[in-house]
Amino acid sequence: MAAMAVALRGLGGRFRWRTQAVAGGVRVAARGAAAGQRDYDLLVIGGGSGGLACAKEAAQLGRKVAVVDYVEPSPRGTRWGLGGTCVNVGCIPKKLMHQAALLGGLIRDAPHYGWEVAQPVPHDWRKMAEAVQNHVKSLNWGHRVQLQDRKVKYFNIKASFVDEHTVCGVAKGGKEILLSADHIIIATGGRPRYPTHIEGALEYGITSDDIFWLKESPGKTLVVGASYVALECAGFLTGIGLDATVMIRSIPLRGFDQQMSSMVIEHMASHGTQFLRGCAPSRVRRLPDGHLQVTWEDRTTGKEDTGTFDTVLWAIGRVPDTRSLNLEKAGVDTSPDTQKILVDSREGTSVPHIYAIGDVVEGRPELTPTAIMAGRLLVQRLFGGSSDVMDYDNVPTTVFTPLEYGCVGLSEEEAVARHGQEHVEVYHAHYKPLEFTVAGRDASQCYVKMVCLREPPQLVLGLHFLGPNAGEVTQGFALGIKCGASYAQVMRTVGIHPTCSEEVVKLRISKRSGLDPTVTGC
Amino acid sequence: MRRAVLGVGRAAAWRIRAGAESGQQRQRSPPLSPVPAPPPPAFRFVSRPGPAGSESETVEQSPPQSPGPGKAGDAPNRRSGHVRGARVLSPPGRRAHLSSPGPSSSSEAREELRRRLRELIERSRVMIFSKSYCPHSTRVKELFSSLGVECNVLELDQVDDGAKIQEVLSGITNQKTVPNVFVNKVHVGGCDQTFQAYQSGLLQKLLEEDSAYDYDLIIVGGGSGGLSCAKEAAILGKKVMVLDFVVPSPQGTSWGLGGTCVNVGCIPKKLMHQAALLGQALCDSRKFGWEYDQQVKHKWETMTKAIQNHISSLNWGYRLSLREKAVAYVNSYGEFVEHHKIKATNKKGQETYYTAAQFVIATGERPRYLGIQGDKEYCITSDDLFSLPYCPGKTLVVGASYVALECAGFLAGFGLDVTVMVRSILLRGFDQEMAEKVGSYMEQHGVKFLRKFIPVMIQQLEKGSPGKLKVLAKSTEGTETIEGVYNTVLLAIGRDSCTRKIGLEKIGVKINEKSGKIPVNDVEQTSVPYVYAVGDILEGRPELTPVAIQSGKLLARRLFGASLEKIYHTLFWPLEWTVAGRENNTCYAKIICNKLDHDRVIGFHILGPNAGEVTQGFAAAMKCGLTKQLLDDTIGIHPTCGEVGNRRF
Repeated sequence: MAAMAVALRGLGGRFRWRTQAVAGGVRVAARGAAAGQRDYDLLVIGGGSGGLACAKEAAQLGRKVAVVDYVEPSPRGTRWGLGGTCVNVGCIPKKLMHQAALLGGLIRDAPHYGWEVAQPVPHDWRKMAEAVQNHVKSLNWGHRVQLQDRKVKYFNIKASFVDEHTVCGVAKGGKEILLSADHIIIATGGRPRYPTHIEGALEYGITSDDIFWLKESPGKTLVVGASYVALECAGFLTGIGLDATVMIRSIPLRGFDQQMSSMVIEHMASHGTQFLRGCAPSRVRRLPDGHLQVTWEDRTTGKEDTGTFDTVLWAIGRVPDTRSLNLEKAGVDTSPDTQKILVDSREGTSVPHIYAIGDVVEGRPELTPTAIMAGRLLVQRLFGGSSDVMDYDNVPTTVFTPLEYGCVGLSEEEAVARHGQEHVEVYHAHYKPLEFTVAGRDASQCYVKMVCLREPPQLVLGLHFLGPNAGEVTQGFALGIKCGASYAQVMRTVGIHPTCSEEVVKLRISKRSGLDPTVTGC
Repeated sequence: MRRAVLGVGRAAAWRIRAGAESGQQRQRSPPLSPVPAPPPPAFRFVSRPGPAGSESETVEQSPPQSPGPGKAGDAPNRRSGHVRGARVLSPPGRRAHLSSPGPSSSSEAREELRRRLRELIERSRVMIFSKSYCPHSTRVKELFSSLGVECNVLELDQVDDGAKIQEVLSGITNQKTVPNVFVNKVHVGGCDQTFQAYQSGLLQKLLEEDSAYDYDLIIVGGGSGGLSCAKEAAILGKKVMVLDFVVPSPQGTSWGLGGTCVNVGCIPKKLMHQAALLGQALCDSRKFGWEYDQQVKHKWETMTKAIQNHISSLNWGYRLSLREKAVAYVNSYGEFVEHHKIKATNKKGQETYYTAAQFVIATGERPRYLGIQGDKEYCITSDDLFSLPYCPGKTLVVGASYVALECAGFLAGFGLDVTVMVRSILLRGFDQEMAEKVGSYMEQHGVKFLRKFIPVMIQQLEKGSPGKLKVLAKSTEGTETIEGVYNTVLLAIGRDSCTRKIGLEKIGVKINEKSGKIPVNDVEQTSVPYVYAVGDILEGRPELTPVAIQSGKLLARRLFGASLEKIYHTLFWPLEWTVAGRENNTCYAKIICNKLDHDRVIGFHILGPNAGEVTQGFAAAMKCGLTKQLLDDTIGIHPTCGEVGNRRF
């Protein structure tokens, strides 16, 4: 993917002048008679992380901006407010529920540290869900207020293109409204995919759009999928004491480093999550007692098997929200395979004044911070005289499974594929977080590896960290890699003692050496 | 100044040397070495800067001495046309083969060169790196010859890679000039130092003891610094001994191998910190849906026992790893008695003497006492707190160091009544804005602060576990005095180096009389060439964290050049705190950039959960030249606290 980004950047460089010339032309026209009636300088379709960032940035640059946002209820009827996936049905509620699960672990640790808590401590889903939902609602409100403060017009309407400068919005009551703008940014994001070919999938299954808004505990849950969403959900469900099973058809966490992925699974399996590997569901039925009976095929043996669950959660991927946009009316091209919007390295679509950012775009990481940054940079190019282009290389991320997995840069497989086994050196260590010792926790999967070029000064290609607070650990090292960190420089950095992140600056054992990478002592 | 002299000397010497040299070249004589030892080790790197061949191969080929072709990198030493002339005289084919660069890169070549130099130094009784025209080098050579001592001399101006050797030497010894003299593996220094050592008798001592020492290296102090040094030396094949002895605290506390960090520092501190965090987590967890009714109490004894068990396992681990690496460990108190000789006194008072070629002092520090009535009798320090067999109860912490605040923080976290008595400012040396924020956070969480007071007397009111103490304190600003009654008084007013009672004066290792710290050069060498020092006892080095280094720099910049910096800062509310209803506007991050240097980030400060985990990566990035621009370009990880650095400024 990064290779493609490079290629795109090359293209962008060539296209730069043409794009700007066109944009300038539009603006001149807008000031002229004909286009002077357009309602806005910028119209943003989609009020998620990326869209809101664009709107706020443009308003700050003194532009007249409107945001349209509309949440189509999920098949189960779940709906939410302004802020998009991240705030409502993604990062935020996910990490809060992950935190709830972590707290469960800490409660079990506490007696070792002298706190007298009678075990076991039960967990109340309703209480957690309500607290999480209240926080999300406060964020929805916060976004509304921020838009108001910046004089961005907000419409809660479902938008579709009428022509390349005009969008028609339909409000909840069916009232229609026409909005025109010089520039339009599409940031409608994506929604979970349903396996509609499976009998009962749509009627009885839920997705990540619903799980965080459930009023009652999901009970015994089958999570279908091997994406990070699947693993994270199964992880926190297990952590708050529910019976959770993950059904994986082929490999977990595709695209991530596979050694790390298998350790994530190993850790989850040893902490109570059940796994059905190599299995694919074939139907879901509701039993008279209300339970769901799931039938699946074991693809290795070819045998069919069934199980009963209270909840079936599909986490098999996401589809872009482009169908209802009438993109063809504006002439915006999409990928025939994925329905995602095709853009150049400057977020431009096939229509010069229409742009797209975030999850709705083909070939981009589906991450909040990338959407926000891409959006801001785009607006600064449009209205702020900037020429900075988004760099999609070395995007750090963290999977919030019970044992968190943070990574930045290349996976070991990718590094080997690009540079060859002979030119890649991998430093690694199994470590034990200090907090685990007194609590007697198992640290078999606490592991860190750094993928470097073999030739001095051994440029760091990727960092992979499995352990507590992986996100916090990875963030700074992402900066280091951005600065072109070499293995030698990382080794010259003084550790902060005693932390888990110091293990990164103490990586001395290479895989090639074959030495035992277990860290002992300080 | 010395360099200027050398420069002039060099120009002259080239001319003088040339004639004689070409004669020598033809005969292919070995470098000027009075040592007849076959083959002269100097050969090993005369011709083989490249790492390619094995040693035996190199020796067999009996390399030529004049510069080979194609070594443009060494230009500074070969500007003279005479050298070019000399080159013509040597058989070109073979030399080209010898000096052809190997497949590996220059840094590997440098490593190889360094290894060869080390080997040369170790094999020679006296090793002099010299330049044939340098008058100082000549004086040194004459000195050894007058002492009747054979020495191995390498003339850097007569070998291929002289400039490289000099560079590597400067890396090893922190000395850029010649002569560079080693006696029995000990770096003596240049001409002046050699003559000083001769006059003080040290040189003779170094010469006479040869390899008759019991050990290659004795390390005094088995803490983090000492142990890592010992293990590394042992891995490199040295005969190493570690002397470690914990003098019991005035309250009688002592502990095992591993030093402050493991026994009475970082490790137990962070574990108690974790215990306090767990208290907070328990409060949070109710809001996250975990249900329990009872008031949760904390039991000091359970925690302390668990922590002490972990520490014992670490002590044992250290013993084991020393044994595995064949490092001799002696649980005795080390004290220098004469050059290269140390007296080790064990618990029973039995004395043993050991000798070594080199020494490392890594004795660290111990907590300071106030020097007032009752302090040693009744107060405890961090040396005692972590293994205290009973809950300390209502506690007065005296001091405002990070030790004081950390201890006060976790004690309050267990629900104890804690007061901190501060003489002047919090966390001296740290960014003061951050320090004040730490203080006010603690105050909001129940820690009381008594500012601008110092204790003057401690009286015992009641014995017990804990007992009752009356503390009398006076204001630092007026005549006001106050009294308070506490169960425990914990002193955390600073630490003193353990350098005054280890016989350093007997061998002439200089210490800073006031601080007790040991001044060292860039390679950790003390005023006595064979004695090195590491860790907390070093003068002008941070006692623990890189934050201390950075804050020191920042302080100076604030004092002398504040306008050159831009500060970006933000308050943030960790996501985990939102649901738990913990306070907003408490967690804070700031970065400081140098405007004159492309907004290079020169300071990173964060106050909030997992600060250590967050800071580490940023430290690595700063090492790589992080700028504000790069910070802005880096994508955040959502939702974490670490992303504040990328999103908010």
